[in-house]
Amino acid sequence: MKVIVTVKRVVDYNAKVRIKADGSGVDRSNLKMSMNPFDEIAVEEAIRLKEKGKADEIVVVSIGPSEAADTIRTALAMGVDRGILVRCDGEVESLAVAKILKSICVAEQPGLVITGKQAIDDDAGQTGPMLAALLGWAQATRVYRLDVSDRTARVERETDTGLETIDVCLPAVVTTDLRLNEPRFASLPSIMKARKKPIEEKTAADLGVDTTPRVTVLGVKEPATRAAGIKVESVAELLDKLQQAEVI
Amino acid sequence: MTSLILAEHDNNTLADSTARTITAALQLGNSVEVLVAGDGCAKAADAAAQISGVAAVLKVDDPLYAHPVAEAVAALILSIASRYDAVLAPATSTGKAILPRVAAVLDVPQISEITRILDADTFERPIYAGSVVQTVKAPAGTKVITVRPSAFAAAAAGANAPVVVTPAGPDPGLTRFVGETVSQSTRPELTTAKTVISAGRGVGSKDNFDVLLRIADKLKAAVGASRAAVDIGLTANDCQIGQTGKVVASDLYIAVGISGAIQHISGMKDSRIIVAINKDEDAPIFKIADYGLVADLSPVLQEIDLELARRGYA
Ligand SMILES: Cc1cc2nc3c(=O)[nH]c(=O)nc-3n(C[C@H](O)[C@H](O)[C@H](O)COP(=O)(O)OP(=O)(O)OC[C@H]3O[C@@H](n4cnc5c(N)ncnc54)[C@H](O)[C@@H]3O)c2cc1C
Repeated sequence: MKVIVTVKRVVDYNAKVRIKADGSGVDRSNLKMSMNPFDEIAVEEAIRLKEKGKADEIVVVSIGPSEAADTIRTALAMGVDRGILVRCDGEVESLAVAKILKSICVAEQPGLVITGKQAIDDDAGQTGPMLAALLGWAQATRVYRLDVSDRTARVERETDTGLETIDVCLPAVVTTDLRLNEPRFASLPSIMKARKKPIEEKTAADLGVDTTPRVTVLGVKEPATRAAGIKVESVAELLDKLQQAEVI
Repeated sequence: MTSLILAEHDNNTLADSTARTITAALQLGNSVEVLVAGDGCAKAADAAAQISGVAAVLKVDDPLYAHPVAEAVAALILSIASRYDAVLAPATSTGKAILPRVAAVLDVPQISEITRILDADTFERPIYAGSVVQTVKAPAGTKVITVRPSAFAAAAAGANAPVVVTPAGPDPGLTRFVGETVSQSTRPELTTAKTVISAGRGVGSKDNFDVLLRIADKLKAAVGASRAAVDIGLTANDCQIGQTGKVVASDLYIAVGISGAIQHISGMKDSRIIVAINKDEDAPIFKIADYGLVADLSPVLQEIDLELARRGYA
């Protein structure tokens, strides 16, 4: 079975983004960029499937600027076999991303697609289920455990009330949650080896997808800030304050 | 403008997130219909019909919807979507799984997790773990929106809308529900609780956590956690608060042994009063706390428990 994993190049989770002076968007210049953490988990899960003999080839796809090739290289160094970079400059909305991925899936015929449950920049959480719907495939979001068989996969997923187990028909799209695995670091030899692995470049136009944004971003702003509070010296003082505020 | 809201329920009761989503939908326009799909869901449908502002409830009672399997519920919504200008769902684990499927098939973008409605096309939503608020305008066509429940008040009861029996949609037959492990809790539901007490990695041991639970019971509080506390097994995944967990806006939020990473803060910073207990006076959580106590949490938890008992909290 072939597995496709998707990776997005995002501002590192430790970096603080600034708002452009004119409020038109977020200033990403000079910020550390990394692979979306949920996508790292997706890459790791695909590699484990290969190590268990459940997958025979893993293809990583990224949609983004030329620098997204670095993100693909990271995945290749972790153990993915080959990459596809769909070059797009500027914001690409989830629906367009899903359409691009659909076109790649139609050509590549994977048995499983693994995406992150959300990207930590736009926090939209749409790509996986949108792709599944466009393909008419099953989906499992927020995956906590994945067990792949011939025609189905048994999935445990994190829900708002606990954990849910479902069986999905393959091919399917699954999206990763934080506790699915702990991604490995690439070793130096594998980083060297990854340099020789192929990355195929395409454009959205090659795949027949229009990436013009359909949602208009009117502006961005800082959230309301909270005034700094006070330090209390004792438990008694703390409880006094909370009683005065009538919250206990 | 006619909106369809996907209700969240357990067949008998309607989740509070539904009433909050109704409030949001009423800000889009005054015609709001609620879809209650379940198996033996008459009571939940009746509860939806009583919420003010609801014009009609569509009750789809079929074993296919015994559990909200995304493919089946999305197919049901799509079978009736052409009648509506907007489709909304609460941004819960269920809503977030279902609505993008609807948007993709309708070929419209989804606006995820809105926190404010400026007009029928214009919304605010948090990005970058809530460190930035984005204002977006949706294009023409059906609007598909998930609503952050904590950002909207619950619509009150007080109506009596008709309950319309509606046929099931197609069965995509792609996914089979096998089972679930529901974290049993007699405490209030986390996202709508007035008081939340949350454990971080600093709580460390089960002994400390047990004292925290006793305090939660005395304060009738829900129990939350940081990702680190869930990762070390102190509590279940559904307690996680933050960017990738649940979002709360409680009257009182007590953070115990939590450092205050942006990914955590994004899920609780809209609480009215925040208390932080941490031994590190430079912990970022103190920057947003109304009351901070710099101390070792282990004796402090014991002391809070005793002092609450002394003050008559049972
Ligand atoms: C993609 C991604 C998504 C994430 N999503 C979330 C999310 O949704 N929610 C979330 O919470 N995190 C999330 N995180 C993790 C987040 O970045 C932090 O790592 C996490 O919130 C830290 O949890 P903590 O504050 O409990 O632990 P730590 O940061 O380790 O802090 C522990 C605190 O306890 C204090 N402490 C220790 N011992 C004591 C003691 N005896 N007495 C008093 N104080 C003590 C310490 O001073 C410290 O401040 C995410 C991270 C990533 C990369």
